[in-house]
Amino acid sequence: MNGMTKIVKTIAGISFPFIVIYGLYVIAHGHLTPGGGFQGGAVVASGLALILVAYGSKWAATKIKEHDLSLLESVGAIGFITVAFFGILFGGVFFSNFIVGTDLLFGGIPLAGAADINTGGTLPLMNFAVGLKVIAGLFGIVFIMALAISKKEESA
Amino acid sequence: MLTKRDYAAVAFLTIITVFLMFSMLLIHPFGSPNASAMDQYIIDNTVEETGANNGVTSVVFDYRGFDTLGEATVLFTAVAGVIMIFRRLKK
Repeated sequence: MNGMTKIVKTIAGISFPFIVIYGLYVIAHGHLTPGGGFQGGAVVASGLALILVAYGSKWAATKIKEHDLSLLESVGAIGFITVAFFGILFGGVFFSNFIVGTDLLFGGIPLAGAADINTGGTLPLMNFAVGLKVIAGLFGIVFIMALAISKKEESA
Repeated sequence: MLTKRDYAAVAFLTIITVFLMFSMLLIHPFGSPNASAMDQYIIDNTVEETGANNGVTSVVFDYRGFDTLGEATVLFTAVAGVIMIFRRLKK
């Protein structure tokens, strides 16, 4: 799959950072605003897919390997389960929110009606893990399909 | 000319439609759930127990974390399946 015209590449390059920052914002504020790891990860993955389509899978294959994507997805999954298992260790039950109410990062409890990013306990950590997993997973699916198409075009 | 197969399809669809209509009439009215004790508990306690302003996220990642774990597993399985199929096609 070759890249598209210079117009498409330029527009994709301009809009890419905004899409990625918006997706990361949705992930980071998952415990405060609508959205979360799944939704923000899908936004970031769609931005990456935009770049992939605009620049072509040959160019993308020189920048990133599919092995890295599967590694990132595994890191996300293992992080998610690790936080859940730490709930057994410190809170007594699986998925226990052991951070909230302590002095650790994200340990605060919000005042009524006020939003504070330093709250939520394990929720932001799980949002980050799931976001990483969704970014790598969804982009990995698109990337591998694009690579398969380009290989098929070469052999045809 | 209608065949036996067409009559069977119409009868099947009619039965399904009747059951769906009855279940639609029996559904509780919009905005008034049948069992609201758990909803009220989550609304009252989500900020103190999870420290999150977003009640939906506190349900998805805390109260019903197992659901999210299953969802993540579904995504993992989907990616593994796609990679398995397209790796053979790539070579």
